Amino acid sequence: MSIFRPIYTVTQLTTEIKNLLERNFEYIWVEGEISNLRIPTSGHIYFTLKDETAQIRAVMFRLQSRLLKFEPVDGLQVISYGRISVYEPRGEYQLIVDYLEPKGLGALQLAFEQLKEKLAQEGLFDPAHKKPIPRLPQRIGIVTSPTGAAIRDMLKIIERRYANVHIFLYPVRVQGPGAAQEIAQAIKELNEWPSIDVIIVGRGGGSLEDLWAFNEEVVARAIFSSRVPVISAVGHEIDYTIADFVADLRAPTPSAAAELVVQEKIELIEGLANLNNRLFHNFRSLLEIKKEKLQSLLYRLTDPRKRLSDQRLRIDDLSHRLFKNIRQTLLKKKEIFQFKKDSLFLQHPGRQIDQASWHLQQLFRQMILAERGELRLLRQKWQNWSEKLSALNPLAILERGYSISWLLPQGEIIKDASFLKPEDKVRVKVHKGEFMAKVEKINLKEE
Amino acid sequence: MAEQKFEDAFQKLEAIVKKLEEGNLSLEESLKAFEEGVRLSRFCAKKLDEAEKKVEILLKDSEGRLLSHPFSLNSAEEE
Repeated sequence: MSIFRPIYTVTQLTTEIKNLLERNFEYIWVEGEISNLRIPTSGHIYFTLKDETAQIRAVMFRLQSRLLKFEPVDGLQVISYGRISVYEPRGEYQLIVDYLEPKGLGALQLAFEQLKEKLAQEGLFDPAHKKPIPRLPQRIGIVTSPTGAAIRDMLKIIERRYANVHIFLYPVRVQGPGAAQEIAQAIKELNEWPSIDVIIVGRGGGSLEDLWAFNEEVVARAIFSSRVPVISAVGHEIDYTIADFVADLRAPTPSAAAELVVQEKIELIEGLANLNNRLFHNFRSLLEIKKEKLQSLLYRLTDPRKRLSDQRLRIDDLSHRLFKNIRQTLLKKKEIFQFKKDSLFLQHPGRQIDQASWHLQQLFRQMILAERGELRLLRQKWQNWSEKLSALNPLAILERGYSISWLLPQGEIIKDASFLKPEDKVRVKVHKGEFMAKVEKINLKEE
Repeated sequence: MAEQKFEDAFQKLEAIVKKLEEGNLSLEESLKAFEEGVRLSRFCAKKLDEAEKKVEILLKDSEGRLLSHPFSLNSAEEE
């Protein structure tokens, strides 16, 4: 019975599928995420490439995988280039990857990041490990290409600056396979060369691939292990390589490194000249100051002999003045003394007595004169009064016949008859003698 | 080692000059300092002059030993 319905064997089917797939998916680019990564000892990399809804098995054989600059890890987004292959015995299809690169970042870039991270963790970039660059490097080792731009620039600068330094060039390849190893070796051997003060490692500008040797682990470790301080001088200002991170100092370019190394020396020469100047200048001016001080002291401190004659002059002068002074004083004193003497003399007691007695005599004379005059006056006065008195003598009135009566016993002089009573006793005085009377009758009428 | 000596000497010289500039030293001290300064200055000058001006290239001979040879840019470009 023939029905137009082909019946495949499994092998037939699989073969058809294999042809179909392999012919139609021969070298394609596939993007996806790595997972289930497995690298057995064979070195082949087995993994799964997946996205949100599908996955495909993949393998990268050792022959290709060893060229990888980066390390594939689970979760890494990658772009692969390969072909589909069907493995009949298992009826599986897979992607055989010939080329792999990280998505977004370049492979080299990723490798750079990964190594940088790793070495940083180990402490290779730690500032504590960085050695100071000697101020006066006399013997300088340079690791670079003998024909490259780097060495040319560096030597030009050193030549131009007239710096007397001894350069030891260790020629290496600066890119390509094996370059990293040569560079590392150069650094090691320069450490063993007698008295190298500093090593410059570098090359001229280039792409990331060109500079790649300076990003290799072997170079980084050689720099780290170097006893001699290392200055990295790779590419242009913007290029940063792993070597730059490990080095004791990074110069942005090889020319800059040469300047650095030579500049120090020139600065030191100038610095020394400057210090020298200041040293001499300052010492000179210090001397001047001291000299001046000494001079002035000296001036004040005169020669003893001069001092003696000076003293003598002084003494003469002083004594002259003293003498003059004394004389004057003496004269003055004399005057005063004389004056005092005179005054004293005037005050002499004898004299005083004489004076007094004379004075007394004068007074006496005056007194006598006065007395005489006075007496006369008095006498006159007396005379006057006595006449007046005589005139007023009450008893004289009695001579004229008047009498005085006293009321007895009181003895009052009677002037008013109204005070009398009959029978009162009265005493009457006349010019010659007195008599007692009794009142008979009182008459008050005026006549 | 020579490096250290130069460094020390230079620094000491700087210190001495500064001290003299301050002017507080006695005459005797100044004299001493000045003498020392001159000595240090001469030492430093000598050190600075010491290095020769030379460029050499290190190459391995047939036995793998590293030897120095004179080097000039011209000779390199000729290779």
